[in-house]
Amino acid sequence: MKFAATIVLASLLIAAGIVARPLIATEIPQGERRSGYSFMAPETRAMQDDRTSNPGMLWVLDGETLWKQKQGAAGKACADCHGDASSSMKGVAARYPAYDKPLGRPVNLEQRVNLCRVRHQEAEPLPYEKHDLLALAAYVAEQSRGLPVAPDPAPELEPFVTKGRDFFMHRQGQLNLGCTNCHDDNWDKHLAGSAVTQAMANGYPMYRLEWQTLGSLQRRLRNCINGMRAQNYNFGAPELVELELYLMTRARGMPVETPAVRP
Amino acid sequence: LPCPAGAEELRPYTVNGDAIAESLTGAPGDATRGRTLVLERTNTCILCHSGPFPEEKFQGDLAPNLAGSGGRWSAAQLRLRLVDASRLNPATIMPSYYRLDGLDRVAPNWRDKPILSAEQIEDIVAYLATLRE
Ligand code: HEC
Ligand code: HEC
Ligand code: HEC
Repeated sequence: MKFAATIVLASLLIAAGIVARPLIATEIPQGERRSGYSFMAPETRAMQDDRTSNPGMLWVLDGETLWKQKQGAAGKACADCHGDASSSMKGVAARYPAYDKPLGRPVNLEQRVNLCRVRHQEAEPLPYEKHDLLALAAYVAEQSRGLPVAPDPAPELEPFVTKGRDFFMHRQGQLNLGCTNCHDDNWDKHLAGSAVTQAMANGYPMYRLEWQTLGSLQRRLRNCINGMRAQNYNFGAPELVELELYLMTRARGMPVETPAVRP
Repeated sequence: LPCPAGAEELRPYTVNGDAIAESLTGAPGDATRGRTLVLERTNTCILCHSGPFPEEKFQGDLAPNLAGSGGRWSAAQLRLRLVDASRLNPATIMPSYYRLDGLDRVAPNWRDKPILSAEQIEDIVAYLATLRE
């Protein structure tokens, strides 16, 4: 009954030229994909580009120190196994999250660092969003700066990418919005003063001026989920890793910008 | 019957065509309060809309400018657009400000209450009706 009335109403509105948007959101064609960088003011771009003014470089430098520190019962440093990060870690972040065979699921870069702490250094995992984990992730990711995002091709990942994509498309929360409503359908527009952008995740961890600190991709995702007034997930939750995985497939081919700067 | 703890009962309303003729509260709203409500960021309107708000630097452009909406629509039509815009355009991104059903994964602190109260809707309707360009 209500449905039939809606149809009649909808056709009247279409006849009146009021309804314009398609029902099914579409992804952005490869040729139109743009990094968040391209939406920023020239001063913010300059801050990201210049290593001496990019505040994220402080974390990268701390990460380099931590890389060489012996940790845990095994008494080993990252460098003891991986050597010179500029060669061993080159291109690694560009394909994360990646499939971890023993766990049978994708892990993001922060989780990989913690797996090495637990499995190989026999140390406690580092807490999410705290300085040391962000610093190590930023240091590892900076070794891929300028390389194209190249998602892990492991076929086991396919169902996880699909779950991430489904979440991105799904309307939820009190505002009944899906990520896609903003980031596919309205990326050329502004939410209050902010450019909406295409949700490209090629610069994480990144320094956000609003936060006055470096933060992970999951922190950014949790911000948007809060904005939708939807139930959120804890750091490290499989749902957030799946979302990260899908976002990296959207950003395929874009240069890694870590540590990026964003407003 | 008493409402479940924390839940807010919606007042009943009748949709006629593309409008809700009767005030949700049975009384007219206050346009001055309505303007303040529209400008409050937590009520989300100006995240998407711009309007005749010279004092507000950050306004959205995801949606039509609110200037002139009282000339384009009657108070009754504006009321339905605020209560449940998705009845008019199922694909709209404009949230339904007075609806509880059909929502998924609402965060606990926002659950079981409409985005705006009946009084707030009426105040905003009264304000939008004054916007005649
Ligand atoms: C109502 C609009 C809206 C919705 C819905 C939304 N976002 Fe966002 N998102 C934004 C805006 C605006 C920004 C930029 C904020 C800023 O930098 O000030 C942003 C930023 C981002 C970024 C950072 C991009 C970069 O360049 O670093 C990512 C990633 C992102 N969103 C992902 C998501 C995901 C995933 C969802 C759904 C779970 C989502 N967003 C839902 C508006 C939205
Ligand atoms: C005792 C050896 C050892 C130590 C110490 C170690 N790792 Fe590893 N790391 C490995 C092995 C082996 C792998 C392959 C995955 C596995 O088996 O866990 C790996 C994988 C990685 C990867 C993923 C590489 C890829 O291509 O996917 C990263 C990133 C990494 N380690 C970073 C670190 C960091 C940061 C530290 C210090 C906090 C560290 N590792 C300490 C042995 C080590
Ligand atoms: C997430 C985005 C969004 C938010 C938030 C939002 N709107 Fe809208 N609104 C729209 C869009 C888009 C339209 C265009 C019609 C459609 O899509 O159905 C619209 C249409 C309207 C219209 C009809 C405009 C016209 O003249 O055709 C009015 C009036 C209106 N909105 C008022 C409001 C008020 C008041 C609020 C806050 C209580 C609000 N909107 C919040 C997106 C939004």
